[in-house]
Amino acid sequence: MARRAQPIGHRSGVGAAAIVAALILGALVAVALRAESGRGLGPSDWGAVQFTVVQAALSAGFSVAIAVPVARALARRRFPGRRILIALLGAPFILPVIVAVLGLLAVFGRNGWISVALGWIGLPPLQIYGLHGVVLAHVFFNLPLATRLILQGWQEIPAERFRLAAQLGAGPRAMWQLLEWPMLRQIVPSVLAVIFAICLTSFAVALTLGGGPGATTIELAIYQAFRFDFDLGRAALLSCIQIALTGTAALIALRTARGDGFGSGLDRPVQRWDARGKAARVLDGGLIMLAAGFLLVPLAAIVLAGLPGLVDLPVTVLAATLNSVFVAGISTLVTLALALPMAIAVALGRGGFVEFSGLLGLAASPLVIGTGFFVVIYPVVDPALLALPVTALVNALMALPFALRILVPRARQVIDRYGRLALTLGMAGRPFLRRVLLPRMRAQIGFAAGLSAALSMGDLGVITLFADSERATLPLQVYRLMGAYQMQAAAAAALLLLAMSMALFWLLDRGGRWHAEA
Amino acid sequence: MLKLEKLVIDNGGFELSADFTLAAGSKAAIIGPSGAGKSTLIGGIAGFHPIVSGRLCWNGENLTGATPGARPLAMLFQDGNLFPHLSIAQNVGLGLNPDLRLSAAQWDRVNQALARVGLEGMGTRKPAALSGGQQSRAALARVLIQGRPLLLLDEPFAALGPALKVEMLDLVDTLVAETKATLLMVSHDPQDARRIADQVILVAEGAAHPPRETISLLDNPPPALRAYLG
Repeated sequence: MARRAQPIGHRSGVGAAAIVAALILGALVAVALRAESGRGLGPSDWGAVQFTVVQAALSAGFSVAIAVPVARALARRRFPGRRILIALLGAPFILPVIVAVLGLLAVFGRNGWISVALGWIGLPPLQIYGLHGVVLAHVFFNLPLATRLILQGWQEIPAERFRLAAQLGAGPRAMWQLLEWPMLRQIVPSVLAVIFAICLTSFAVALTLGGGPGATTIELAIYQAFRFDFDLGRAALLSCIQIALTGTAALIALRTARGDGFGSGLDRPVQRWDARGKAARVLDGGLIMLAAGFLLVPLAAIVLAGLPGLVDLPVTVLAATLNSVFVAGISTLVTLALALPMAIAVALGRGGFVEFSGLLGLAASPLVIGTGFFVVIYPVVDPALLALPVTALVNALMALPFALRILVPRARQVIDRYGRLALTLGMAGRPFLRRVLLPRMRAQIGFAAGLSAALSMGDLGVITLFADSERATLPLQVYRLMGAYQMQAAAAAALLLLAMSMALFWLLDRGGRWHAEA
Repeated sequence: MLKLEKLVIDNGGFELSADFTLAAGSKAAIIGPSGAGKSTLIGGIAGFHPIVSGRLCWNGENLTGATPGARPLAMLFQDGNLFPHLSIAQNVGLGLNPDLRLSAAQWDRVNQALARVGLEGMGTRKPAALSGGQQSRAALARVLIQGRPLLLLDEPFAALGPALKVEMLDLVDTLVAETKATLLMVSHDPQDARRIADQVILVAEGAAHPPRETISLLDNPPPALRAYLG
């Protein structure tokens, strides 16, 4: 049967998807071919596998366990600043990991605020390095995500149900059994799976707060095999294990996933008549304040710690900032160049292969892709020379799934609504793209670009494999300053990094919406 | 002359057959129960639904496999006939060049068309700043400027109030008379057919019947039409 006429072609999208698949699968094949299974896995490698799974499970468990009561409190209370607080819950997504780590160190570290307070009453300082530090940082990043997802579940319970339940005289307990528990039973498994999958590929947190025999993730072990032993065969073998692990987790997460994700509206007016008791009010208020404090105090700490050092930042930091802006710029352009045609192809119903290659970035971890690229590049040219372009490319591949999620629904909407009109006017092809599709997708393109730029700006991953002492991005420079115990300079550079990431996101996101019509 | 030779149109598994000719310059209303295939017929002629078998010809030119933009027709849909991010003048200008690269003389023609439908001086506004009736007028200005010999209307005025709808139908009538275009319009309302159409095409049970003269058909309906009219 002939297909419906379409205002725009899908071929360039399939081409872009083929490039993405070739890059990611090519890297995986390179890794698999290079892997040396001769020696098999040593005890330390098994230790890394075990630690990776345990920390991811604990991180997911704690994040969700805390998120459920916090989300309930946010769902049933109205207070000034609630909207802003919920919007802030989306911020950790684009918060550079190294910045958060420095903030957490400033609060929970050996010389942090809490340790100092403990010292006043004669108690020993906190120990943040190790399993609990890694889990703490992961909860910091994923508690907001879990809260948003679960809150969304709460707000998707139609207001009429609450009205009906209230009319039937349901108290908090009955409300829980009737409405809240069934909703949680549906949502919580998918949230657990998503956070577990995210934490499996954690690198920067393990690099800064973990390490040592007892607290090394597989990603970190790959890095160590590279940097310390330059044992490419072992790095590749570890990468294979990581692929199997993240691939499985990503599949589980996708299977349990619900269609929608971050960024959707969260403020429908639901009136609640239960939970008016004083105890419930105090409980909810306390929970919200604790959660907000847990998220905001480390950020405030980094601002306070960084401000004094901003005036005399080392030259290396400024050079690294320029590198990072370059990397973020290239990465954003590549993301858009790939994501736009792919989004159009998916919107046209030519999904299959294109969607598959759009999801590949979720299943493969950046360090594994980096290892693959390194294996291919190393015999040909000094990898350090390509450190920045490769970092930009890998960042783009990692941002691609998120960009597609933002772009596809809008592309579908525009093509559905205006495709036929454009066809009767003979606008098929370039005129449709230039005059209709791109202008009407501007807000989404800006959002995707902002996200992609901020993610790339803050990324501390592949660059650690490729960079020599001459080259660094800003996050790597912050890490190096930390390693050299120049904590004030590190805090100042981290503050600069935070400001740059947020500014890039804000500029691009705003740029997309500037003068945009509904 | 529009000729549908043993045409079978596929709309996602639903098939509509049609076998008739319509003289150039006719004004035909397509009526029939909802779901019978009125929009499928018009969508097949416009090129949105694939033609499974048969031939579609306009004045001897075979249109069966042509892309929608290459067919000698203009079409208005139920809604979404204007791009909300383009100005009214730009929306009309699309009828001259889909890439909107227009000469000064062409912009003059756009303004004349706007004046012709009663939208003088509103070219710089966005569609959202216009009332529903004015939006319909803007779409008709584009139809005018396209100057295509066939005009297909898929109930573009359905959302307007009765008086406004009559006003628009009268405007269509004048424009069609001016451009000598052949009109095919889907309608729910036999009164619309009486008002503007000289022919009626009844669509029922998966088939489009050959056009009949409006007055005689409506005054003396066959059983299938009587069931629909009630």
